[in-house]
Amino acid sequence: MEVLIKDKIKQVLKGNQNAYSYIVEEYKDKVFYLCYRMIGNRHEAEDLAQEAFLKAYVNIKSFNLNMKFSTWIYRIATNLCIDRIRKKKPDYYLDAEIAGTDGLNMYSQLASDTESPENEVESMEMQETIQNEILKLPEKYRSVIILKYIEDLSLKEISDPLDLPVGTVKTRIHRGREALRLQLRHL
Amino acid sequence: MTCPEEIVEYMHDYLDEEISSDSERILKGHLQSCEDCRNYLYELKKAVSYVKVPASITVSSDFTERVMASLPQEAKKKGKLKGWMMGHPVVSAAALFLVLISGAMLTSWNQGEDFSVTRQSNLIVENHTVIVPEGKTVKGDILVRNGDIKIEGRVQGDVTVINGDRYLASAGSVTGDIKEIDQAFEWLWYKIKTSAKEVSSYITTNSFQ
Ligand SMILES: [Zn+2]
Repeated sequence: MEVLIKDKIKQVLKGNQNAYSYIVEEYKDKVFYLCYRMIGNRHEAEDLAQEAFLKAYVNIKSFNLNMKFSTWIYRIATNLCIDRIRKKKPDYYLDAEIAGTDGLNMYSQLASDTESPENEVESMEMQETIQNEILKLPEKYRSVIILKYIEDLSLKEISDPLDLPVGTVKTRIHRGREALRLQLRHL
Repeated sequence: MTCPEEIVEYMHDYLDEEISSDSERILKGHLQSCEDCRNYLYELKKAVSYVKVPASITVSSDFTERVMASLPQEAKKKGKLKGWMMGHPVVSAAALFLVLISGAMLTSWNQGEDFSVTRQSNLIVENHTVIVPEGKTVKGDILVRNGDIKIEGRVQGDVTVINGDRYLASAGSVTGDIKEIDQAFEWLWYKIKTSAKEVSSYITTNSFQ
């Protein structure tokens, strides 16, 4: 897969812009999901994911072909999300509410034929609660927790996009997990 | 029972799957005898499993399309054409040929703003108007550019007027086609057809040799 992606990147570097659509297709879900978990609002998450892909494209010449593209796009996306969080601290809880509403709509569409209404509401409320608790984490813990548990990256794979030593990543995961334990223990 | 200070750290290392065998032995030994720490680890695991619950949310279906549309415009055109050309080498060669030809043609179109007419005997030229006099015969095609033509006599051939009017008197006659070309595009088309004729006649001529 990486080989195929690298080949597409080489084509983009040669000026074949269409090759980039293949790369976007390949990573859009993960990048969007990362942004959604970081920001908690569907529309903003899409904007940020789009911005991340645009930024990656514009800077594609500086991409190191020895690196994984996922690492690079995660770095760009995470940084954009952190910037956004810092800029808009006051709107924080409002966004969390919107996030819940989005989850509800999506969930009712997806789960309508597989689960009973009771379970649906329960899972939906659960999802909302979990997302809100993630959003309560300070951004430096939030990003490592999301990359580890939601994007399923190893400590090393987290340290690369965040430009942090593995030791720091480890400490932040411990603290983030500690905070989540206190927030979610009563569920 | 007192809990070792580092036991919580061991729990995290254990969850990260980065625990040394010594520490793991200590942790397991302690957990067997301490309910509080068992509960603590359970809460950590629970928090992690909650976080892993996927949110039922997917990106819009037109996401890629929107990303592609947001990419810098200039580079896009270039890349698109180039990408397309790489996929269609034969068509591209033909298209490129046409583009080059038409580029040259348009140039000649833009440059040819002066009045001109094909040199033929029996033609009279008055103030950018070409006259085929009554009772006279012009043998051959006539091309008038940026001027008019008045046909009172006979033309044995085609008459083409570019950026001008033609006037065919009742007594006048043209054995070939009469054409008026007013647009650059038509001029271009005319040139392409003419070139094609030239090309095919060139091929025909050479195939006999
Ligand atoms: Zn204990």
